[in-house]
Amino acid sequence: MEFWRVPLDVDEVQTTRGEVHILEDRCKGCGYCIEFCPRQVLGVSSRFNKKGYHPPVVKKADACVNCHYCEIICPEFAIYSVKVLNNQDVQEEEESS
Amino acid sequence: METTILTGEHYITGDVACAEGALAAGCRFFGGYPITPATEIAEHMSERLPRVGGTFIQMEDEIAAISSVLGASWAGVKSMTATSGPGFSLMMENIGLGICTETPCVVVDVQRAGPSTGLPTQGAQADMMQARWGSHGDYEIIALAPSSPQDMFYQTITAFNLSETYRLPVLIMSDEMIGHMSEKVIIPPSKYITIQSRPRPKGRKDRFKLFEPGPNGVAPMPAAGEGFNIHVSGLTHDERGYPALTVEGQEEMMTRLTNKIRRNLNDIIQTEKYHLDDAEIVVVSYGVSARTGMAAVDMARELGIKAGLLRLVTVWPFPEDQIRKLAEKVKGFVTVEINLGQIHLEVERCACGRAPSFLVGHPGGTIISPDRVLKVFKEAF
Amino acid sequence: MSVNLKKADKKSEHPLDYLLRKDRMPHIWCPGCGIGTAFSSCLTAIKDSGVDTSKMVMVSGIGCSGRASGYVNLDSFHTTHGRAIPFATGLKIANPELNVLVFSGDGDLFAIGGNHFIHAARRNVDITVVCINNLNYGMTGGQVAATTPYMAKTTTTSHGNPDTPFNLPLMAIASGATYVARWTTLHTREFTDSVEKALLKKGFSFIEVLSPCPVNYGRRNKIKLMDMLRVYQEKTIIKNEASPFELDIDMEKGIILGTFVDVDRKTWLERYDKLYRSVNP
Repeated sequence: MEFWRVPLDVDEVQTTRGEVHILEDRCKGCGYCIEFCPRQVLGVSSRFNKKGYHPPVVKKADACVNCHYCEIICPEFAIYSVKVLNNQDVQEEEESS
Repeated sequence: METTILTGEHYITGDVACAEGALAAGCRFFGGYPITPATEIAEHMSERLPRVGGTFIQMEDEIAAISSVLGASWAGVKSMTATSGPGFSLMMENIGLGICTETPCVVVDVQRAGPSTGLPTQGAQADMMQARWGSHGDYEIIALAPSSPQDMFYQTITAFNLSETYRLPVLIMSDEMIGHMSEKVIIPPSKYITIQSRPRPKGRKDRFKLFEPGPNGVAPMPAAGEGFNIHVSGLTHDERGYPALTVEGQEEMMTRLTNKIRRNLNDIIQTEKYHLDDAEIVVVSYGVSARTGMAAVDMARELGIKAGLLRLVTVWPFPEDQIRKLAEKVKGFVTVEINLGQIHLEVERCACGRAPSFLVGHPGGTIISPDRVLKVFKEAF
Repeated sequence: MSVNLKKADKKSEHPLDYLLRKDRMPHIWCPGCGIGTAFSSCLTAIKDSGVDTSKMVMVSGIGCSGRASGYVNLDSFHTTHGRAIPFATGLKIANPELNVLVFSGDGDLFAIGGNHFIHAARRNVDITVVCINNLNYGMTGGQVAATTPYMAKTTTTSHGNPDTPFNLPLMAIASGATYVARWTTLHTREFTDSVEKALLKKGFSFIEVLSPCPVNYGRRNKIKLMDMLRVYQEKTIIKNEASPFELDIDMEKGIILGTFVDVDRKTWLERYDKLYRSVNP
């Protein structure tokens, strides 16, 4: 028998959200970030950067959970993610300052 | 801690005198490898260095030895190594790295008869051209040739001072005879020993350019770990130290590297003149053969032959001007060296046909008898 | 549930930019080259470990991996082929306060530099060696290396490599390294953690990281870039207790990753100090 149960604290737990920043002119178009993002946030853009490569573009911004994998796998230091502050974080920040 | 400078009278070999000279000059790192006839330098340093605050390590081969010496120099420590012919050949690539990266260090070559394994326990002076041209590419080098254990002591200090002032590897071209002979060596009190150290950077760390020359053509040198964020590379580099793989980059770097020696020859070149003022025949010699030359000059003077000796303390850079000037007024030159003609070629080149040049040489294994030199005086002139 | 999405400060630079020589970017490594990832991981490890960056030194040899020292904004040395390790030894024992990281390739460290690796491990000199293993000599066009798999095509083995490759962790363990690990550029987090651990650990640490060489090795052996990484994803198994003898790289059998050795032994300097410097005159 399987029980599917909604956790009792579902309203209190908030998934981390992230925002991806792409330094387009550094990208060499290897495709690692696009391929290995666990949430398929990124896709290839049709734009060319200064060197003629297609940098990635954020396709599903809401799906990013700030896992930083694109940031650590990128060989070019061309992409990084930043935590998006939500209500809980803002509260914690106000409490600590 | 033990006394660094053993002031007093000693009866020691050239190798030991070299080690004591290094300690007096401030050497605090020796990366070595055993090789006859230079092993004694390593052995003596292994005993003395840790007791005066230094570090000794025997590496796995000569290439590792010279690499560790360069690394230690960049850590801010005066470093040296010692070897003989076969090890000297192995070290050539990294001596080139030391020249390109302007790393101060001292390399002693206690020469044996070669080529290859040769006569390990018998000396020669056949690495002299290798000292000048052994590494690939163009460069300037400083090489000194001591003529006695006492001279070994002083020339080692001079070698360290020159390497620190001009930021390059300085070679001491000794030979097995000097290395293994025991003679009286007087070590003076420390106040009579002048020591020079590498120029230090001044000013803001973030504005510092690693290879920007100072007034004498030499750039100040920081050490690793001081927060200058230096990048040191064997690739042709610009004044920041960054690779500059262009024709202009090469021209600029080569000019900087060679000018710092070529414009300071007066400070670098040391020679000794013996009976040279009225000499008609000039003996040019260095190292252990200078003693042969001196004896021959004395014998000649007793017979009324006006011979004189120009002892090269600094063999490289070669004292071209002195030879050229002498060539105008003397009857000829006699080069005495234990090889089949190496510095002889330089003398001939600088004499430029104005005066004949003769070689009294030997393939190696023994010192040259002054009688052979006297014979040339009598027969050739 | 509603969340108030407050945007984080817009930064126009990468978090690791302070450790890079930005005036030398972009670096020379090919698109998809694993060296960039491994280099980035090392910088993250340097940042996260909290080491004093003014005492952090990177030494490299010759080759594609060797170019890394030119891009890091720390004291760095680009030495001759194969001689990064003895140079690092000289640096470390002349100034024990330095934290020395040797970042170089498989050819530089294990072919020409093999002897130096063995002895530095034997002596347990307190340095960290990161070996980027891309299975060939990349910089010079893709020649066979000591780590090239049997039968692989390279410019000097056009009919296939007749040699069998080294088992690098076995060699490191046999030589006496006190920390030995192997990861791939895909296992970025584990690799970064290993480097961080090695930087803070006393003793000779060796970390091998398998890295794709898409242009010189991949194209010549008809392996597409993403396929090389798929191999790292699908044909690897993390097994920390593996015996060193089963660590050879065999694409059919699978590649074993993990931290194989993590022990403590007295370093060269500790032993030297005890024997030579604690003697009273």
